[in-house]
Amino acid sequence: MTEATIVVGAETTAPPGAGPEGARSLASDAWRSLKKNPIFWVSTALIVLFVLMAIWPSLFTNVDPNAAVLKEARARPSSSAWFGRDIQGYDIYSRTIYGARASILVGVFTSVATVIIGGVMGVLAGYYGGWIDSLVSRVTDIFFAIPLLLGGILFMATFPNDVNSPYLLVVGKVVLVLAIFGWPSLARLMRSSVLQVKPNDYVQAARALGASPWRIIRAHVLPNAVAPMIVVATINLGVFIAVEATLSFLGIGLTPPAVSWGVAISDAIVALRTTPHILLFPSLFLSLTVLAFIMLGDAVRDAFDPKSR
Amino acid sequence: MAEAILTAKDLVKHYPIKGGVLRRTVGHVKAVDGVSFELLKGETLGIVGESGCGKSTLGRLLMRLEEPTSGSVVFDGVDMYAQRGRAMRKLRRDIQIVFQDPYTSLNPRKTVGDIVGEPFDIHPDVVPRKGRRKAVQDLLDLVGLNPEHINRYPHQFSGGQRQRIGIARGIALNPKVLICDEPVSALDVSVQAQVVNLMEKLQDELGLSYVFIAHDLSVVRHISDRVGVMYLGKMAELGEEDDIYGRPTHPYTQALLSAVPVPDPTLRDKREQIVLKGDVPSPANPPSGCRFHTRCFKAQEKCSVEIPLLEIRPDGAGGHLSACHFAAPREIIETVDLTDTPQATTFDSGLRDDSSLEPVGDGTQDS
Amino acid sequence: MTTTTDSRAAERAQRTADSRYIPQAGLLLEVDDLHVEFRTADGVAKAINGVSFNLNQGETLAILGESGSGKSVTAQAIMGILDMPPAVIPKGQIRYCGQDLLTMPDDQRRRTRGPEVSMVFQDALSSLNPVFPVGWQIAEMFRVHRRMNKSDAMERAVRLMQRVQIPAAKERVKAYPHQFSGGMRQRIMIAMAIALDPAVLIADEPTTALDVTVQAQIMALLQELQEERQMGLILITHDLGVVADVADKIAVMYAGRIVERADVYELYRQPAHPYTKGLLESIPRLDQKGQQLAAIGGLPPNLMRIPPGCAFHPRCKYAQDVCREDRPPLREVVPGRESACHFAEEVLHG
Repeated sequence: MTEATIVVGAETTAPPGAGPEGARSLASDAWRSLKKNPIFWVSTALIVLFVLMAIWPSLFTNVDPNAAVLKEARARPSSSAWFGRDIQGYDIYSRTIYGARASILVGVFTSVATVIIGGVMGVLAGYYGGWIDSLVSRVTDIFFAIPLLLGGILFMATFPNDVNSPYLLVVGKVVLVLAIFGWPSLARLMRSSVLQVKPNDYVQAARALGASPWRIIRAHVLPNAVAPMIVVATINLGVFIAVEATLSFLGIGLTPPAVSWGVAISDAIVALRTTPHILLFPSLFLSLTVLAFIMLGDAVRDAFDPKSR
Repeated sequence: MAEAILTAKDLVKHYPIKGGVLRRTVGHVKAVDGVSFELLKGETLGIVGESGCGKSTLGRLLMRLEEPTSGSVVFDGVDMYAQRGRAMRKLRRDIQIVFQDPYTSLNPRKTVGDIVGEPFDIHPDVVPRKGRRKAVQDLLDLVGLNPEHINRYPHQFSGGQRQRIGIARGIALNPKVLICDEPVSALDVSVQAQVVNLMEKLQDELGLSYVFIAHDLSVVRHISDRVGVMYLGKMAELGEEDDIYGRPTHPYTQALLSAVPVPDPTLRDKREQIVLKGDVPSPANPPSGCRFHTRCFKAQEKCSVEIPLLEIRPDGAGGHLSACHFAAPREIIETVDLTDTPQATTFDSGLRDDSSLEPVGDGTQDS
Repeated sequence: MTTTTDSRAAERAQRTADSRYIPQAGLLLEVDDLHVEFRTADGVAKAINGVSFNLNQGETLAILGESGSGKSVTAQAIMGILDMPPAVIPKGQIRYCGQDLLTMPDDQRRRTRGPEVSMVFQDALSSLNPVFPVGWQIAEMFRVHRRMNKSDAMERAVRLMQRVQIPAAKERVKAYPHQFSGGMRQRIMIAMAIALDPAVLIADEPTTALDVTVQAQIMALLQELQEERQMGLILITHDLGVVADVADKIAVMYAGRIVERADVYELYRQPAHPYTKGLLESIPRLDQKGQQLAAIGGLPPNLMRIPPGCAFHPRCKYAQDVCREDRPPLREVVPGRESACHFAEEVLHG
């Protein structure tokens, strides 16, 4: 107790930092520390790889993912099919590559949508306060009470796909439901960081100069408040991919003939005991993607947090 | 006598205190409670008081960063709180502010050029787009910084240098009035003098009027022509610098002056100190009558009932405004007048920041 | 109260005898050639570069300096509350009653904090634990160090609160820190610091966060307690006014070194170092009007790149070539006055 009280009051002795010459913004400082972080490079490399798979799967394979060779169903990995074949005789390697597209599409679009909705709501609530704040806060409270996955299941079960739904419509539906249930956490985060930035004297100085609210938000509030939201959105991207896979696994997200990791995992369960490799590869890719985004988010957060340096 | 450029009349600012489940207003913090004064052209009006006296709220009211509960501010014949939109924006050019904390007053993600140039972005008709870079560099030069540092970021500067940047932004639109809210209190002693001297120089060159809000009575005496002393949201005493420091008539001013340590050990035992009892009461529930009566050594029954008006009361050499029923002059400090004495000093006035070529150390106080 | 004080003094004398070191009469603390560095990713910041001073019983030593001068680091090094790492003490001794605190085993040293050397911090609000009543926090000192039972400790806490002039101490002993004003909280901090009757009290900017009327009360209280208990008081501050009011001796620090040391009257009358002189010329005085402020140009040096020679030379009007090359040692200029300047005589007499 004695020790604690004495030490708590001690000045945190930060020696004055050396300022190297030339212009250096906070962003470039963050970049400098990111560059030194191996986790950042590993996660970036993985993400680039997965994004490439999503855009040009033909770069990685020339096997048609929908070409079933039934007589070779459940084949183990070999030189003709690197990851083996699944119960329908599809080439697992090819289907895993093509499956990236659904995951990345869902992840990216959902994240962008949640950032836009959550960001706008958070800024409005934080900056203007008053009844807007009360309204947004109550709405986010309500959404917080419903877990993301449960919300997804309810929504997708209420509006099921049929076999003829176009691919993009199905993806769009998953994005829509995840965005609806995903934005409140970002709105809440944005609101609190806006509340932290708003009382700063540079915001007051801009008001004193007669700047419009739009200008103050754009030039002063957003640049200083957006970092935590970007970090969480990056981590959420991984979470959304996992939820999409879960929904697909349950048969209510993407459904065959769409190719996706979730669908592949779902199909593989049947043969789990005899041919586990069918499950292994799509799960491995799914885990790596989710992990890559979460690691990237962590690395970026550390870089922007001066205390961790 | 010079004419008034800014007139505050019966300014009141009450903040509601919300309580209970329904967030109903259960009371008011009376931050500023009926303050009136005039700021004359080209003068410096110092506002002193301890924390919680409402001096910072007063500054924000004068800037219209807050809307008053009641009262008015008239600038150059124009009622500030009646202005809207374009007219208010135009008015803002004439009244600007310098903040206390050199760390939070500059946007960390903007370069110095962006920060000092922002006034020109908001008021594009002041300087044509092409001339802005030049205008910003001229401003940096004027406040004693290296104009080549236009592309640097605030965290590459020391506290004193940042305060110069804040001043450059404040004077960019060529205002007539500058509200200075504790502009030097976060700075180290040796850097503080640099900034005070800079502000005096700028006042002479640009014909500015200052409202100088501070808690440091020595700095206020040095820079001010007239001084107002605030206590719990009200003006206790207001007068010429000589009146307030040489012939204070309000007991609070007297106590305040007697408590300031003077950097001269030989005065140690000669100074008599008026020790006030107790703490400053809460502005949510200020005492009745004279707000100072709970701590006053002169208080009588009348003081707890009747609010003393801020009016001219004799001070032994004429009179000045004081809000005490029993106002009487009392010399607390012996003033040495150095106005016409040549002062040999070891160091110059520090108007230019020589070290701005390379930021070293950190000009703010140890905490 | 008196009996306790006596027994403490006896105990202290006993310990001193045990260590076979007989200090000069009244000499409590000797800091000898102390160095402190902060080793960080960006480089080594040399916060203290050879500081030596003595503190006697009943004496008030003011350490004056601006930010980065090393004054607070000195205090923390004496208290042993520096975060190590990043701080490193490569050299130097801090002797309390003849025993070097730096080489002492950790648990032994911890036992000196409170009963021997104690400290008052600037920010009382963050130094008090917000979730415990103040009386409980003071009583804890007695329970931990003196193994007193709860009710005795509480009673002592109330007495201490009365001693530091907290009105209605009996009723307020159960109040929480946030229920007190800034001045009252600082009084509680002082009560905790003197609870175990230390021989040395370090006050690090004890009044900086307080209003001027409260500041005067707190300084008066500190002085009174110091005289009553004959403590050695180290006052760390940047405020030349406070120093002039209470100190006996003064040490001025710049860039981690003591640049001038003197009796407080002598120093204010006629400084012997250009930095001290500049400081005195740069502060506005309440009792002067029409004064010209002479600011010291530039800034204190970056502790990672302290200039060679005299650290003050880039800002100094007296600087000559010799100042850029040779670092002037702290030397006696006239009896009782020390200055670390090649031109100390000129500064003193010119």
